Amino acid sequence: MSLVEKLLAGTLGEQREGLDRRDISARELVAASFSRITARESLTAVVSRRDEAALASAEASDARIMRGEPLSKLDGIPILLKDNIVQAGEPATCASRILGNFVSPYDAFVTERLAAAGAIIVGRTNMDEFAMGSSTENSIYGPSHNPWDETRTCGGSSGGSAAAVAAGMVPLAFGSDTGGSIRQPASYCGVVGLKPSYGRVSRWGLVAFASSLDQIGPLARSVSDCALALDLIAGHDAKDSTSIPEDIPNWSGDLEKARAAGSLDGLAIGLPREYFVEEGVEPGILARVREAITTLEEAGASFEEISLPHTAYTIATYYLIATAEASSNLARFDGVRYGRRAEQPKDLNDLYERSRSEGFSAEVKRRILLGTYVLSAGYYDAYYVKAQRVRTLIRRDFEAAFESCDAILTPTTPEVAFRLGSKSDDPLSMYLSDVYTVSANLAGLPALSMPCGMSEGMPVGMQLLGPPLGEAAILRIGDAYERRCDQSVGLPPEKS
Amino acid sequence: MASELDRYEIVIGLEVHTHLKTASKLFSPAPVLYGEEPNHSVHAIDLALPGVLPVLNERVVELAIRLGLAIHGTVNPRSVFARKNYFYPDLPKGYQISQFEDPVVSGGWLEIEVNGKGEGKSASVGNAKTSMRRIGITRAHLEEDAGKSIHDVAIAGRDDSCIDLNRAGVPLLEIVSEPDLRSAQEATAYLRELRAILRYIGVSDADMEKGQFRCDANVSIRPHGSQELGTRTEVKNLNSFSNVEDAIEAEALRQRELIADGGEVVQATMGFDPVRRRTSVQRLKENSDDYRYFPDPDLIPLRIDPAQIEAVRAELPELPGDKRARFESELGLSGYDAGVLTANRGLADFFEQTAKACSAPKAAANWMTRDLLRELKERDVELSEMAITPHILASMIRLIEEGRLTSRNAAQLFPILVSEGGDPEALMIARGLEAVSDSGTIDGFVDAVIAGHSDVVEQIRGGDDKPLNFLMGQVMKASQGKADPGQVRQKLIDKIRG
Repeated sequence: MSLVEKLLAGTLGEQREGLDRRDISARELVAASFSRITARESLTAVVSRRDEAALASAEASDARIMRGEPLSKLDGIPILLKDNIVQAGEPATCASRILGNFVSPYDAFVTERLAAAGAIIVGRTNMDEFAMGSSTENSIYGPSHNPWDETRTCGGSSGGSAAAVAAGMVPLAFGSDTGGSIRQPASYCGVVGLKPSYGRVSRWGLVAFASSLDQIGPLARSVSDCALALDLIAGHDAKDSTSIPEDIPNWSGDLEKARAAGSLDGLAIGLPREYFVEEGVEPGILARVREAITTLEEAGASFEEISLPHTAYTIATYYLIATAEASSNLARFDGVRYGRRAEQPKDLNDLYERSRSEGFSAEVKRRILLGTYVLSAGYYDAYYVKAQRVRTLIRRDFEAAFESCDAILTPTTPEVAFRLGSKSDDPLSMYLSDVYTVSANLAGLPALSMPCGMSEGMPVGMQLLGPPLGEAAILRIGDAYERRCDQSVGLPPEKS
Repeated sequence: MASELDRYEIVIGLEVHTHLKTASKLFSPAPVLYGEEPNHSVHAIDLALPGVLPVLNERVVELAIRLGLAIHGTVNPRSVFARKNYFYPDLPKGYQISQFEDPVVSGGWLEIEVNGKGEGKSASVGNAKTSMRRIGITRAHLEEDAGKSIHDVAIAGRDDSCIDLNRAGVPLLEIVSEPDLRSAQEATAYLRELRAILRYIGVSDADMEKGQFRCDANVSIRPHGSQELGTRTEVKNLNSFSNVEDAIEAEALRQRELIADGGEVVQATMGFDPVRRRTSVQRLKENSDDYRYFPDPDLIPLRIDPAQIEAVRAELPELPGDKRARFESELGLSGYDAGVLTANRGLADFFEQTAKACSAPKAAANWMTRDLLRELKERDVELSEMAITPHILASMIRLIEEGRLTSRNAAQLFPILVSEGGDPEALMIARGLEAVSDSGTIDGFVDAVIAGHSDVVEQIRGGDDKPLNFLMGQVMKASQGKADPGQVRQKLIDKIRG
């Protein structure tokens, strides 16, 4: 393995050092990234690539690095965007037939920030159509595969991003998380995934699934790489009315300071009683998470049991709110202005009916129908309004919990990556796999998933939840754990 | 039959959509332009491209506050934008951002002038029998306009339609009245008053021809004396005052006839055919869409703090109703003149400045309501397009008050002053139109006329005053109109009879 290949399989931090020491060039790194994408095509992680443009950008990065004037720590680093984060001049299909021919004329806020930082966007990753799914099987490009076991799912909906990072194609990819869509695939693929607090990162240019829940976040191979990425993409954006007008901390800088300070003394971590139930969770997962708790205790953190009494209602609440918003957000895909239009429509209704019937998959239609029902006259109060009330109760559960602890630790998922196709015919069981992740979206909390060992040969993820805008605490705990465990999960083994 | 129909009174509530006077759209930075090439005033947000988000144009908040204060309503400290979901090709997002449960303005009223019990043919302003009636306003909320669908064969072809999204996203206030109006004439009086207010406070140009001021009318009938409301229908898209009046009358007649025939009014959306003057059912309400309103998660609730409301209140101009009352009480104008002069702010300001400069408000009012408005009407122009200023008109009126210019000669000068402006005094002198006030000169004219018409003079001496006007005419002619007619008359009488 050449140096550049070795670095490509490492963290962003290691690649940065390699670039700054001029051991490798950005052009070499980006070329290696493309080679790796080609070599692992069978994973169907990347759905469109921009070889020429990326290599040209890499050369510009090299020139800056040679002058000693890199734009940021991401200058010259290859990255990937989920196919629902738009980039000017590039397709943004959201893995849907209805946007099969759509090319965005504008940049997402995040895209603009990353490009301005010199990051090299090498392509776009596979996803569940419109981010609706937990397995990246629901895609016009076909399913993405888990690099640890190609017969298994890489999770979803940001499965392509997680698989690409896990397989060493790029050190950093971006996904979106509406109910766990960054954290669950990160957990299944053995990488770190961060969903920031709601409002931390602008949603301008993120194709909406459920507006009050969606957040963009990074997937990477280390907690500090996620912090670095968050430094770049967080901050107020006047183009997103829900973006928080708060000053943004320097998370990666704070991590370094915290490392110098050493232990996690004085940090209290809550363990929600409702999430540690033997019958719902695979024993291997519980074992790994308990080991992680021991490691963190050794690092100085204290643990206490807490209660989140409304946990039982989170999945139902989530699917009412998310589908209601989605039914309205997806109304714009009507075949009139862009995207796929049915051929030879008889009349207006035929145009709508066929464009949308042919353009959306069964899962997307199911959610549009559910959401339409939830909002319809006579049901609105019973479903939508009630779900919003329960959402408030769930948020209050967390507010109360965070009065006595700085962070909450849970498994990310109740099981390791399941086999492809095993839940395709059972949407309810698919929805239930989001049980640990959706509450962070409902309450607007920052949440981090990171690897904490293996079970049945597959990675296990643990989740750290912080109070709103409390990214610093969970990044600090995650980083301390990672340093103690010395990269608990590496690159997956490859058949030669 | 007729008496049977007269048993019913009409009950009307109006929904007005008025475009707000802003440079850019409600949720996008695209400019608001009229008459622009189709689809040239659109932003990614107006096209509802994947991933775009709305951002509220802060300017509309101030305009909404102004309206709320002007209609004596409550400006709500918290209002919520909601999505109204329906599919239509000129609605790019598949939903309209509007306000539903929590509008920006709740409650309010305005006053209209009605004659008698509001059953007259036309609200003839100035009629001594008029009285003021208060019309309740339920609410006013902010929303975005849709685009336009063009089905014109010449543009779109026989089988196609075209979409113009220039109008999509233009900010609107929807102003909903209580069912307080009792005739088509009251309805238009309400609309005129509302339009005057909107223009006064700079909230909307409210130009109906440009589609900036549109009206839907909810119409029902009930037996006189009944307190219950009848089943109502909604007549949509009325785009002129005469259409509003005709449509309401046509719909009320349709309902009366329906009931007289033993039928029953059913809730429906009606269209109006202005040529045939008839309404017809477009859509029954029981089949109506379920709009699935819910709070827009892309927008945060609109918060308005009391300090902002007070700041707007401090800047709010005097409203037409208040101005009208003040013109009557302080300046002694007739109700008619006050009504005409307050119809728009430009006219009212012009009048006030003129009245102040010449200290003769009644004369100023007369010149404006009669002569100035006639000149404008004949030329089909706006006051602001003409050269005349309050200062010029006031100078002219002062010359008349001082007796240096007769009204007759002033009428000669006036059209020139309207279109070209200039100094009335200089113009009067240049044209030799200054009144002859020198008594001796007039005596000369009078003596000459008496001497030249001895027969007529005899007639007058005999007690017949009729030919006096003839002699006056002769004197005025001799003085080239510069003599004061009153003075001439007196002199003639004195000299003939004295």
